[in-house]
Amino acid sequence: MAEGASGVDKLRSKIGVEWDPRSYQIEREMIRRFARAVGDANPLWEDGTIAPPTFTLAIGFEQFVEDVLALNPFGTMLMGGTEIECYQPIRLGDVITAIFKISNLRERQGKMGNMAFMTFDSTYKNQRQELVAKCRQMVIGY
Amino acid sequence: MIEQLYYEDVIVGGEITPLVKQPTTRQLVMWAGAVGDYLPIHYDKDFAQNRGLSGVIVHGQLVGAFLGQLITDWIGEQGMVRKLSCSYKGMNYPGEALTCKGKVTKKYIEDEHHYVECSLWAENSKGEKTASGKAIVILPSRG
Repeated sequence: MAEGASGVDKLRSKIGVEWDPRSYQIEREMIRRFARAVGDANPLWEDGTIAPPTFTLAIGFEQFVEDVLALNPFGTMLMGGTEIECYQPIRLGDVITAIFKISNLRERQGKMGNMAFMTFDSTYKNQRQELVAKCRQMVIGY
Repeated sequence: MIEQLYYEDVIVGGEITPLVKQPTTRQLVMWAGAVGDYLPIHYDKDFAQNRGLSGVIVHGQLVGAFLGQLITDWIGEQGMVRKLSCSYKGMNYPGEALTCKGKVTKKYIEDEHHYVECSLWAENSKGEKTASGKAIVILPSRG
């Protein structure tokens, strides 16, 4: 597919290039809604003052999916895996700045046609410029 | 309150108390809203079938969050997750029970921190591992 190939080339040209940073203010209901969605009643996050480690995934994720889909020449995407490194808990009132980049891309023929295996890395800093977490996400476009 | 786990209590090869989850389509909607993941394979059955799936699937990251809960329930208030990884190996469908399990693989002291490493996985009702991962946590010490 000529169209698909050009889309993958567009993605490949962005390898290693950081996207514009985006900042998110962490509100109590974001944390509580996340914990309720997981069904996690741990008292540490039930009152919304401290976020669970996997909450990092939610920060800027909607925008991330939109950005990937805008570049992804395929119909949809699946998450293949996730790694989170935590340096300190994310807390209520923090302003977290997330920066994403694509670090790797390879193509393969699968049963649904051409597939792209993409690795994205992201960093999360708080309002004091302290690194709170890093994430790596493996995304399959097909 | 969750009972506090200490480094000295952990035995290499020991198992973590399993966590059973039964994600429903309602839970997928809650997750979609909580993280902003509106990919249609998680709510639109026709779209999912068109992409070669038998129906809507559970978000891989929700399964990752279940494994995160398994770990944070286990380590207690004073434990800290340093690293959590998860790779999604198979599809999970809403309505199916998922059992999250873990096992201690290593414990060591480094830079005065008490580290424990665990392997983690989620099994569907057929006993198939649909996700597997690893956690590195820091525990308090009685010492």
